[in-house]
Amino acid sequence: MDSATSEAAAEQASQPASAARTPLGATADNGLKIVVVGGFGVGKTTLVRSVSEIRPLNTEETMTRAGEHIDDISEVRGKKATTVAFDFGRITLDARNVLYLFGAPGQERFWFLWDRLFSGTLGAVVLVDTRRIDDSWYAIDRLEHHGTPFIVACNDFGGPTYAPSQIRDALDLDPQVPLLDCDARSRASGKQVLITLVEHVKKTYANQAPVRDQDTYAPHAPVSEQELTR
Amino acid sequence: MSRPGRDDSPDRLYTLTGGRAHATPDSPFDLVTLVVAECDPTTGMQSEHAAILRLTQQPTAVVELAAELKLPVSITKILLGDLLAAGRVSARHPRRAAVPDPDVLEQVLVGLRNL
Ligand SMILES: Nc1nc2c(ncn2[C@@H]2O[C@H](COP(=O)(O)OP(=O)(O)O)[C@@H](O)[C@H]2O)c(=O)[nH]1
Ligand SMILES: [Mg+2]
Repeated sequence: MDSATSEAAAEQASQPASAARTPLGATADNGLKIVVVGGFGVGKTTLVRSVSEIRPLNTEETMTRAGEHIDDISEVRGKKATTVAFDFGRITLDARNVLYLFGAPGQERFWFLWDRLFSGTLGAVVLVDTRRIDDSWYAIDRLEHHGTPFIVACNDFGGPTYAPSQIRDALDLDPQVPLLDCDARSRASGKQVLITLVEHVKKTYANQAPVRDQDTYAPHAPVSEQELTR
Repeated sequence: MSRPGRDDSPDRLYTLTGGRAHATPDSPFDLVTLVVAECDPTTGMQSEHAAILRLTQQPTAVVELAAELKLPVSITKILLGDLLAAGRVSARHPRRAAVPDPDVLEQVLVGLRNL
């Protein structure tokens, strides 16, 4: 946790939680998800903070070491369970739609929770530090596997710049996957990243007939990867 | 700020949920399901249930509730399931489709461009 967040938390520690909250409007009825994945320190929380209308919040999900979601309290008590933490921010899009932006670690154990937490996500931003490009390989692999539309954003840490073709080669990126530079500290840049992703999502699905399944949310009938990619 | 749930001993989670450690497989709640209170907290109510009813006077996402309550998402879903079954909250589930609705994608783009 960086110092800016700790200070914000300390400032608010004396207030009741509700005093620091910005509630949604009464008509909000459709939550949407976008996930930012990347290695430690790549700027995920910074990006979420730049575009969020609330101070980023942190929470966690529990699972067993085997990667299964816990199904018995004895597994927690037996300390066989472990947790994955993630943070998130929020953007109210209009009177009904509210977008939640999740910053999630790209490490291996996190992906066991992808379906449980992030099925139905619109798409993902893979945030890359070009000094540690191989940190992103695993995330890109998993997103391709899950059939989640994604873009790659290179966060500017002032290191050497590479030609887009060099980065595409290093990431073995499909030509249709958008690649852009960003500065996670800038709201305008963060906004551009999100717009680029949603335009890519739109394009990805453009030639597919919309399958309307409104209001019948079925957590145990997830969309198959074939349906998402074809 | 410490990570939510970190200092929660498993025993506390056990007490909170009456021993149920997972949202049942058919838990209707998504991370971004918006929950709305249908009644006020009453005296004698489990304190986490009362806290949820206070937090959801305006629509509030499951993940925000988990963060505010400093509880893991799965435990939060169990508590919400109790309240939903008792008719004390209602749930506005994300409108999902096998392929995202182009109209919704357009609404997202408009909202983002207006940021
Ligand atoms: N120079 C530079 N620093 C950044 C940028 N984005 C984030 N940082 C800094 O990098 C550090 C890690 O960022 P953070 O968002 O916490 O990374 P996370 O672990 O991916 O959530 C913080 O000190 C940020 O202030 C950026 O675009 N440029
Ligand atoms: Mg972070």
